Amino acid sequence: MKRKHWYDYLWIVSAVYLILGFFNILFAWLGLLCFFIPLILSLTTGQKSYCNRYCGRGQLFSLLGGRFGLSRRHDIPGWMKSKVFRYGFLVFFFVMFFLMLWNTYLVFADVKSLSQVVTLLWTFRLPWHWAYHGTLFSPGVAQFAFGFYSVMLTSTVLGLVTMVLFKPRSWCVYCPMGTMTQLICKAKNSTSSK
Amino acid sequence: MVPTKRNAVVDQAVCVACGCCVKVCSLSAIQILHGLYANVDSARCVGCGKCVRECPASVIHLKEVAR
Repeated sequence: MKRKHWYDYLWIVSAVYLILGFFNILFAWLGLLCFFIPLILSLTTGQKSYCNRYCGRGQLFSLLGGRFGLSRRHDIPGWMKSKVFRYGFLVFFFVMFFLMLWNTYLVFADVKSLSQVVTLLWTFRLPWHWAYHGTLFSPGVAQFAFGFYSVMLTSTVLGLVTMVLFKPRSWCVYCPMGTMTQLICKAKNSTSSK
Repeated sequence: MVPTKRNAVVDQAVCVACGCCVKVCSLSAIQILHGLYANVDSARCVGCGKCVRECPASVIHLKEVAR
């Protein structure tokens, strides 16, 4: 048995993050850490150390699917690990992310009013007003929180579904952050080997 | 006859470099190289198959290799 490190417990942080979103949506902002840390790590070190060590979500899936046995442990279908699907999903994710940023901008600019919903799987608008208790700043700050939490919840739900159907950490195969950091490593490696 | 042993072999073209195999390997025989793909140290690998079961992309297989 390998010795456990502090970073083997980051699944607790991931779980707490998801729970906090049910109490105060503004905590969603903390999720930006899961965007910036992997990017910074891959850009500076040229490694996927975030995926390899620190990803709390991956740990959560491996705990639920592995230790708790909530996974069929089947092989992921070939198309899901193809470059076309992985890059396609990354682009789709990006587009949806920028749409979310655009909506946030519209609220900041007073063109649209704050919509207190969390959109699951880019489709289902779940009422989420109970987790909103006002903000000290512009309502746009809250709009970003609702939008960002939607992104995080959607990807967790997708990850849970593929965890049950396939291997516990099958989310890692098509995780947009993972694909992006691998692309950064590829780019860094091809420029440094020249 | 050439003596053989079982070794984990990674299909590096489709590896997503997530590092699940690294975590599960009790002999520290796998590393992620430059954030690109997993690489098996065949001198250390005993072909136990833990990484094969763990790999979320199912791109690791056991293979008979020359010792």
